[in-house]
This record gives sequence, structure tokens and C-alpha cells, in this order.
Amino acid sequence: MVLCAVAAGCGPAGGPVAPPAAHGTTAPAASGGSGAPGAPGGGTRAPGDARASARTPAPGCRTPEASLPPSRADGPAVAAIKKRGKLVVGVDQNSYRWGYRNPATRKLEGFDIDLARAIATDLLGDARKLVLRAVPTDQRIPALSDGTVDLVVRTMTINCARIKKVAFSTAYFQTGQQVLAPKDSEVTGFNRTLTRKRICTAETSTAYDAVKDNPFGAIYQDADDGGPGDRDRITVPNQLDCLVRLQLGEVDAVVTDSALAAGQAAQDPAVELKGKPFTTEYYGVGVKLGHDDLVRRVNQVLVEYRKGPWLTAYDKWLKAGLPGLTGPPAPKYRSR
Amino acid sequence: MGGGPAGAGPSGPALSRTAGPAGLPRPEPPAGRGAWAVGRAKLRETVTTEPGRLRILGAVLAGLVLAFGVLAALEADGRASAAANVVGRSQPLSADAARIFRSLADADTAATSAFLAGAPEPATTRQRYERDIATAARLLAKASGHTGDSPASAREIEVLNERLPVYTGRVETARSINRQGLPLGGAYLRYANQQMTTELLPAAQRLYDAESGRLDRDTADARSWPYAALVLGLLALGALGWAQRRVFLRTNRVFNHGLLAGSAAVLAGLLWLVAGYALAAGRLGEARTGGQESLAVLNQARISSLRARAAENLVLVAGGAVLTDERPGEDREDKYERDYRLNRDALLATLGRAARLADDPAGREPVTRALEQADQWKKRHTEARRLDNDRGDYESALALVIGTRESTSGSTGELFDQVDRALDLAVHHEQGEFTRAAEGASAALTGLPVGAAVLAGLGAVGALMGINRRLTEYR
Repeated sequence: MVLCAVAAGCGPAGGPVAPPAAHGTTAPAASGGSGAPGAPGGGTRAPGDARASARTPAPGCRTPEASLPPSRADGPAVAAIKKRGKLVVGVDQNSYRWGYRNPATRKLEGFDIDLARAIATDLLGDARKLVLRAVPTDQRIPALSDGTVDLVVRTMTINCARIKKVAFSTAYFQTGQQVLAPKDSEVTGFNRTLTRKRICTAETSTAYDAVKDNPFGAIYQDADDGGPGDRDRITVPNQLDCLVRLQLGEVDAVVTDSALAAGQAAQDPAVELKGKPFTTEYYGVGVKLGHDDLVRRVNQVLVEYRKGPWLTAYDKWLKAGLPGLTGPPAPKYRSR
Repeated sequence: MGGGPAGAGPSGPALSRTAGPAGLPRPEPPAGRGAWAVGRAKLRETVTTEPGRLRILGAVLAGLVLAFGVLAALEADGRASAAANVVGRSQPLSADAARIFRSLADADTAATSAFLAGAPEPATTRQRYERDIATAARLLAKASGHTGDSPASAREIEVLNERLPVYTGRVETARSINRQGLPLGGAYLRYANQQMTTELLPAAQRLYDAESGRLDRDTADARSWPYAALVLGLLALGALGWAQRRVFLRTNRVFNHGLLAGSAAVLAGLLWLVAGYALAAGRLGEARTGGQESLAVLNQARISSLRARAAENLVLVAGGAVLTDERPGEDREDKYERDYRLNRDALLATLGRAARLADDPAGREPVTRALEQADQWKKRHTEARRLDNDRGDYESALALVIGTRESTSGSTGELFDQVDRALDLAVHHEQGEFTRAAEGASAALTGLPVGAAVLAGLGAVGALMGINRRLTEYR
């Protein structure tokens, strides 16, 4: 469980076990939408960088989720954080169960927040030395590059386009685009049952691109998308808006990544995930390019985290909406 | 035209004269032709003899004077009712439309404030929301009874009546989901705000524009000069003068009392007409520049302030969940932060205009105060965003925006309330100015229709009596 040899084999709900070689072809297509999940838009893609990489994987980028081997050795980046005595982590505050502000306590909580705390505890010996900063999707990479934050733990998909701009830890979660619909719906998954149904996706998201590539005769666009008359009914600003439209009967199904769909299902007992994820994506911790010592240190934290805390956090935050996982994806390491 | 009484006498002999030369085998000439011939003969006699001419003169003078009176009365009545409409109908309707607009925007602001404060929300905010919705619903019902001649307004009222319950439904759903601690509540609130911004407020704006248009038209109607009556009055006066000169030349009598009295009555009527109009138009002009324009700008400022406040709340509710659409050459940013900024800039700009339009210290003072507070608000908002964005200190940013449970002191919410109150004062002041000026206009026209009719009647009687005085000299 802990060290699943093949990442895809640890997929949610026991997805089909693919040989590692298959990743070279499937993973880029899956995680191609660089904005992917966890964006405020629940997978808002940064303009322009995604589509190309989604269809033509960059040469030499077959397994973008492979990271540097773990190490506890201090380097300049780790030393700077220790000297400062604060770890600044960019997080989401809108993804239920991942990183969201609890309206009752006004505190940020969720799976990503717990992971950020574990990293801060390991680095500085005290979770209270963690500073959480809400970062909009588009700001994740700029915030890392200009040093506004040390790390980004924010349902951030690892993909070929991004690894040129930012470094990632090993994968800490596997997800993929999935269909969400009312329990009594005729829709059974990403298939023909979607014909003539209205499918809600977040504007410019990976999910939108996936539906557009293969719409199954479904309706997935507003009359005047992006124009002045756009009513934001079928394509919406944020993935959570899809649940609102679904509850109001303005759409019949939602497509978003399974991790976020689980967050939606957890807020409405009348809806459920349908079928299996039809793409494969990995979440990783984002680090500024060149901060290799910090990447290795985070990977070291993840080695420990996979041994127990991961499952505890999963049980606490995600199991209700995304049942059936037995453990995290296995880490993959680059030779250098 | 040779008036009945004037031509009645000589009609007998005239008939016999035409019959004489026509002693032809034909026993009876065709009736039409005979009447025509009779009329022509009668006319010839009337215009060739002095009494006949006098009779015509009398009739023309009396007719002119009476026509002036009727026209002046009608026009004065039209202007007076237009002025009364401005005060009694179109201005209140325009003010009601402004209140509907404001109540809706205020409801949205209160809903976001209550949501942000979390459960249990402050009672005052909740009450403010409920009061706003009730006010909007009541004024909509009232307005729908007054749209008889305005299908455009009726359409907007229909849209508002249909969509307002949908809006309140979304707000209540947001509220109850938020109480369960689920972020979905925020998404419902954003959907409600989207509906308010894209459906309800634009409809309310169009309703307000339609009602303001009606007010402008009524004001313009009441201010237009009664040229026809004036021209006719001057004509009548000229004719009376000419008649007096004619009498003087023929009799060497300087004064003909009847004609003189007639002239005096017409002159009085004319002066009353000119003075009444000048006064009414002046007061209406004052109402327009002093009140109406200031009111329009102040209402705009209030709406901007309310929408800036709703957006400011939503920045914290949404937490970066919604970014602006991609546009070439522009970075994407938080949608609500941009909404806030646009409305805040509109607020500062309109307040500047309102300060320039305010024509007395009592009107200028609240506007200047609002401007100062809006400026403070802007600074404090920047500070709140710095805390939230740069420091990750949501709690302090929240406190800076809504204050604490105990007090709003030092928050942007407090400044917003002060801006709103100052603008409320300013609106009341300008409304008072407007009503005073417009009522003045209405008063200036009081009695003018009846007065003009009576004076014209007297004038006509005078003219006839003056002419009769001359006629008797021929008996």
C-alpha cells in the first residue's frame, strides 16, 4: 500500500493497473490542462500553456511526476526558511475537504492544509510557524517564482508544461476527470448516457477541454460563452458553482477531477461520482525551480507521510466523498 | 363673417333687389345660388356703410380677444397640470424607482455582510436585508399601479416581480448551507449576487431611467412658452389700439371707454400670462438644475457605494474563487476586487460631481463628508487586502472589513455606513429643494387659466361696448 510500485495502479477506486510505460502516453494527456484541478476555477488553466502539451508531450517528458530523491540535507533554501522561522505555503480556500475556510471557525482546513502542517512541523518543529496564504490559481507559479510563498500545496497538477517553470515534489495524490450526477440520474459515467444532457464544467478547465474533445452529444456551452450575454449557467467560474447549478436543475451532470468532485459529493448526499476517472493526473507540492534541497526535503516528509498520516488525513477529509482508496500513489524518482 | 346681428336688418331689401333684375321666365332661382347672391349683397352693404364696418370691427375685436382668452386658458391649464404632474406624479414615481433600485442594491449588500459575519448573523444586518426586500416589493406593487401609459416601465416591473423571489431564494439557501459549515453556501451567495448584478439591478436601472425620462418630459412641457396665446394676445391688443385710433380720427374723441377697458383687460391678461410663465419656468428650471440633477448624481453615488460594499464583502466570501475573464493584454485578477475598484472609482467620481452640483452649503456639507469618508474607506480597504493577501492574516482582514461582534468601529463597514448616511442626508436635502421649487412653479400658475378666461371675457365685453357706443350715434 505504502509504496505502490506503479503509480497508476494505486488509482482511486482501484482503477485499471497500467504498466509504468503507459504513463508516457496517458499522463501528459490527462494532466495536460495545466490549470487543472484545485484552481479557484477548479481546474482553471493558465492561458495558452496547456492545450499544446496535452496533445503533444514534450520530448523527454514522459513521467513529469518523477521527482528528486528524498534527503534531509539542508541547502540554501531550507536554511533560509529556518533562519526566518516561518514557512509560507500557498493554499486554496475554496476546495471543500482540500483547502477551504470553514465558515464556522473561519480557519483553513482540509487534506492539503494537513500536509502543509506536516511539512512545517518537520522543517521548523512547530506547525504554528506555518503561514498559510490563499493563492488564486493563476498566481501559483508566479507566487513561487517571486518568492511570495515557499511552497504551494493546492491540488496542483504535475504536468509537462509546468515542470519547466516550477519544481514538484513526488505525487501525493492521484486523481482524474470524473462525472458527478444525482444518485437517481440515468448518467452512468463518461459515456453515451450523457447524450443531450447538460454538462457543467469550470470555464477554461481541463474538464471543459475533455468534454469538448468527446462530448457524447451533450450540451456543454452557454449561448454566449465569455461574451457579454454569458449567463454562466453551463460553464461557470468555479467548479463548486457546478453543484449549485446541479441542485437548481440547470444542468444534469458535472465533470471535474475526482478529488474536487469528492468535495462536492461531500456537500450533497443526493449526488455521487459516476463511473471511473477517465484521465490520470497527480497532485504534487510546488517548489520554486532550483530549490532542489527543499524539493528533496519535502519528498523526505512525504516518505514519512505516506506511512500513516496520509491515510488518517484521507479518512478524515476525503473518504466520505471518494471512498475506496487504500493509499497514496507510489513515489517516482529521477535518477539525478 | 359679418356677424348675425349686424346683417339682420338689411337682409329684406337686399333680397328684393336681387329678385328685381332677375325678372326672368324662371319662377324661382336655385335655392343655393339665391342664398349665395343674398349673402354677397348683404356683405357689400355691410362693408360699404360705416355702421356695417363698425359691426364687423366689433365682431373681429371680440373674436380676437375671446380667442386669446380661450387659448391662454387652455395653455395655462396644460402647463399648470404639467407642473402639477411634476410635483404630484412623475417626481414621486422617479423617486420611487430610485428607491427600488437602492433597496435592491442595499439588500444585496446586507446579504453579503450578514453572510460574511457568519452564523449567527448580526440582527441589524438581517433586519436591514428584510426591510430592503419588503420596501422593494411594496414600491414595485405601488409602481405597477402607475405605469398605465408606459409599457417600458411595466415590462421592467414585471421582470423585477418575477425575479426578486428567485434572488431571495438563493440568498436563503446560501444562508442555510453556510450555517452547516459548507463552502457551497458561498457559491449560492455568489450566484445570487450574479443575478442581482446582471438581471435585477439593470432592470431597476431601466425603470429609473424610464421614470426620469417621464419627469424630464413633464418638466419640459411645463416650461414651454405658450407662443400661440402670446401672439394672439398681442394681435388682439394691436387690433384694439388700431380701433381706438380709427375712432379718434373720425370723431376726435380721445377716449372710447369700452375699447380702453377692453385693452386694459387684454393687457392684464397678457402680463399675467407672461409673469406666471416666467416665474413657473424659472422655478422649474431651479428644480431641475438644483434638485433633479443633484438627485440623479446622488442616487448614482449611493448605488456605486452599495455595490462597492457588496463586492468588498464578496472578495472575502469568494477568497479568490472567481477570476476575471481572460482578456488580451490584461492579467486576470479577482473578479470581486475589480468590481469593488470600479464601483469605488465611480463613487469617488460621482461624489466629486455631486459636490460641484450642490448649490448651497446645506447640500454641499454631507457630500463633502461622504467624499472624505469614501477616501478613508479606500485606504482602509487597501490595508485589509494587504493583510489578507500579503500576510495571510484573514482574521485581521475580516475585522477590518466588518469589525468585531461587538462593534464595527474602525472597519470599512463603518465608513460605508457613514458614506451611506451622509448621502441619505444629501438626497433628502436635494429632494426638499426640488419639491419646494416645483411647488413654487405650480403655485405661479394657480388661477391663471380662470383669470385669463375672465379677463378675456371682460375684454370682449369692453370692445363690444365701445363699438356699440359708436354705433348708437348712427341711429
